[in-house]
Amino acid sequence: MTRRFAIRAAIATLALGVLACAPAHAAGAVDPAADKAAFQKFFTSKFPKLKLEDFVNGPYSMNEDLHKQWEEKEQFPPYEFSLEAGKEMFSTPFKNGKTYGDCFPNKGIGIRQNYPYFDEKEGKVVTLELALNRCREANGEAPFSYVKDDMAALTAYMAFTSRGKPMDIKIPNDPRALEAYQNGKEYFYTRRGQLNFSCATCHIQSPGERIRAEVLAPALGILNAMPIYRSEWSGMGTTSRRFTTCNSQIRGVPLNPQDDEYRNLEYYLSYVSNGLPISGPGARP
Amino acid sequence: MRATMVFAASALLIATATGAVAASEADYKAAYAAAEAANKEAGTLRNQWTTTASTLAAAKKAGEAGDFDSAVAQAKEAEALAKASIFQATSEKERWKDMEVR
Repeated sequence: MTRRFAIRAAIATLALGVLACAPAHAAGAVDPAADKAAFQKFFTSKFPKLKLEDFVNGPYSMNEDLHKQWEEKEQFPPYEFSLEAGKEMFSTPFKNGKTYGDCFPNKGIGIRQNYPYFDEKEGKVVTLELALNRCREANGEAPFSYVKDDMAALTAYMAFTSRGKPMDIKIPNDPRALEAYQNGKEYFYTRRGQLNFSCATCHIQSPGERIRAEVLAPALGILNAMPIYRSEWSGMGTTSRRFTTCNSQIRGVPLNPQDDEYRNLEYYLSYVSNGLPISGPGARP
Repeated sequence: MRATMVFAASALLIATATGAVAASEADYKAAYAAAEAANKEAGTLRNQWTTTASTLAAAKKAGEAGDFDSAVAQAKEAEALAKASIFQATSEKERWKDMEVR
């Protein structure tokens, strides 16, 4: 009897020990698949009437009036000139006779959904904008500004050739890739600037709400529409432009485009939107 | 008695007013250096604020114009802003997790 009791007590103690350790382990572990599931569930629960693929339309998915405006705008989309310019630039050879297509898989057509990716040789995240400028430099051309104009035109064309394809970001089984992903997540949720806002303050806590005259976009699918024509900018802007202007709007000094923090942020935000279609180039109020 | 009290109050007022000595160039330089150092520290934490930069610029402009009272006040404000950005960056190292969608 005493022996049986002792065995039971030992088993119970062991079970309690396992239970006590399990949450601690889970809290410290990096689990992108679980993050993605929780992220997407958060938005589909918050906006139960919205189809998953509609989140890529940003503020236009949040408000019926805006959605009607967007449908009308898509008849003559404001990004069209940039898209045409990008198509021409993409096929025009560099001085050495090579083209952008020579730098990318499948000649650069229909691959936008795979960017950013983790480059295991470099040990860092490589975005499409970065890959385009590296392509230029490898072929003896000067790099473009990361924020607008030529870079926006090129990425607009590449996004257009991927329209409708689901975002498909891979995180290899490499601790450096997991670290980059985790750093991107940390950046997304970290409050900064004098206004003490994080990316999540606007795009998780308040999508669909107004901030002054603007309707805030949901974080889910926010990069699937990049690059975008913004009426506020009176022109096109890239993902780099979006990140740097977000920082300055909350009175934080922006980092340099394509600094590690922004590359990791893009990696995280793109990964949690896996499965949603590419809709870029987009237009925003 | 009443006259004595009025005299004492006036003397106190004059003493207080004359106690606020105008700032010197050295005061400005010291205040500016302290603000700049704090903002540099915020930079190493990748968390500078635009308002710190603009207030530092205003301090410099006032200092160069010889308005050291204003320059010192602006520099002290810039230092306070920089220190707040350092506090934010430090506290957010753990606090960001509170916002995470799980």
